[in-house]
Amino acid sequence: MADLTTRLASLTLPNPVLTASGCAASGQELHQFFDVAQLGAVVTKSIMVRARSGRPTPRMAETPSGMLNSIGLQGPGIDAFLENDLAWLAEHGARVVVSIAGGHTDEYVALARKLYGNPAVSMIEVNISCPNVENRGQVFACDPAASGRVIGAVRRAADPKVPVFAKLSPDVTDITLIARACADAGADGLSLINTLLGMAIDTDTLAPVLGGVTGGLSGPAIRPVAVRCVWQVHQVLPHLPILGMGGIRTGLDALQFILAGASAVSVGTAVFGDPSAPARVLAELDQALDDRGIAALADVVGVAHRSVAEPVKESA
Amino acid sequence: MTPVQEVGEIFGVQKIGEYFQFTVVAPGIAASYTPGQFVAVGVGGDNTSMLLRRAFALYGATPTNDFAGTIQFVVAEHGPGTQWLVRRQAGERLDLVGPLGTPFRLPRRKVPAVLVGGGYGTAPLIPLAHQLIDAGSDIEFIVGASTASRLFGELAAKRIAGGVTVTTDDGSAGTRGRVTDALPAAIKRTNAHVVYACGPMAMLRAVGDVARAHAVSAQVAVEESMACGVGVCMTCVLPVRGDDGESRFVRSCVDGPVFDAARVRWDDVGSLPSDLVGADAMGG
Repeated sequence: MADLTTRLASLTLPNPVLTASGCAASGQELHQFFDVAQLGAVVTKSIMVRARSGRPTPRMAETPSGMLNSIGLQGPGIDAFLENDLAWLAEHGARVVVSIAGGHTDEYVALARKLYGNPAVSMIEVNISCPNVENRGQVFACDPAASGRVIGAVRRAADPKVPVFAKLSPDVTDITLIARACADAGADGLSLINTLLGMAIDTDTLAPVLGGVTGGLSGPAIRPVAVRCVWQVHQVLPHLPILGMGGIRTGLDALQFILAGASAVSVGTAVFGDPSAPARVLAELDQALDDRGIAALADVVGVAHRSVAEPVKESA
Repeated sequence: MTPVQEVGEIFGVQKIGEYFQFTVVAPGIAASYTPGQFVAVGVGGDNTSMLLRRAFALYGATPTNDFAGTIQFVVAEHGPGTQWLVRRQAGERLDLVGPLGTPFRLPRRKVPAVLVGGGYGTAPLIPLAHQLIDAGSDIEFIVGASTASRLFGELAAKRIAGGVTVTTDDGSAGTRGRVTDALPAAIKRTNAHVVYACGPMAMLRAVGDVARAHAVSAQVAVEESMACGVGVCMTCVLPVRGDDGESRFVRSCVDGPVFDAARVRWDDVGSLPSDLVGADAMGG
């Protein structure tokens, strides 16, 4: 048994496997298949200030080794979330990362204030990169200045004891610029990556498959993109903790993210095919470390960078 | 009724018309199954590029006795996932999650009921019929499809119920027409208090309309496209009116698949009605 303890800024977790926002609701359904308190933490579905209906159906299209979704952040609003979902998670002993989303900086600030001082909140993940908001592709995370404004405002408004992570989009020319802007604004760490904006067209109806037209692509199809993003950001900001996610299906997938520089990982879309995937990935990662004679997870965070003498240049 | 995930060996696959009836050893699922519930089946094998499970209404379950418990479900060959599934053979293993979803609700007292199945939608109605008969209710079946080869459960229905009406769109079996053409007469003949239905969305809506016109309730089992089947992904939602009179997008995998047809806002399926709870927040 390797030492799986990991740190995300000031937060220490007993192990590095978390759920991914939007892929575990608030933990109750998955608790039927494994004990959610066993995970590093549960990352809740992004919550907004008000109740939100989400987008019309169809909301999902299966794609090769992945899927598109256009849920549109359906949720009960922060007050009902605190009363029902967060209370349930606390009762069941789960560590909780609350994902927050908004259309304006003010909304993010209001959410951070609502969470202030709540002992059930271990960390805040700021979703500035959901592709299913009104201005497609114009998400905060596509602009360094806008990202910095939101993250700075949340960091100032949030409980100082609670780490604030910015969740970034891979749909940018240079993710390290956004990462740096968030770090400069006070982000305690980064969650990498959100879905990629994608689309599918039904060749029988000759129309887009999704009710929302475009949607977020997730699953193993995006894993190499996610590993690349973690790698690039860890290279330029080696001391900033990273929560890595994007297509993790097995313990070895998770290990790739750790070796690229993530201190912990989220298991997302895999849950839809295997509701016990987070618990399984945790067991597989533990075994993979043992098999390699690695005594502590912390020893191998970002270790793949050591094998590369020269900084990686963009390939032509 | 907590669902379980289990790997079960296929006991048999039987071709029935255009459908494939699976019997799979799955004692955990068989133990707590109630009619109307479904099973989510992994497709494509290890390392497949098809990540999502396929959901099938359970056709029946035999709880563990001298042998391990088995479940039955019916598959129609549709896309790459079901094409893989129908090529499986006895002895191969399937990854299953179930039983899932809210089952059919039984009447509190014994009342006559009409059961309406479209295509392989008849499958979950057969075990329901047994349950209703055991409770002392009189039942009639209406079994329909576009054509004879897409009928399912016609013989099983005849073995259980006295009255079985068969309809096909093309007249290749039974009466030419739709199940809803035969429904008003069946409701009157049996003095039905409730209609149970499973089949395509358009049929369920039409069944709901006929039931309402005759002032009887209709419980319909929907088939919505799902990613997870367990309630976490929020892809399978329908606009449904709640007890408080407010409408919301609710998950057909956990709040359904069985709904009161009068509560489903059929006109608004696939759109975002402005009076839905939270629709006002979609602007920003």
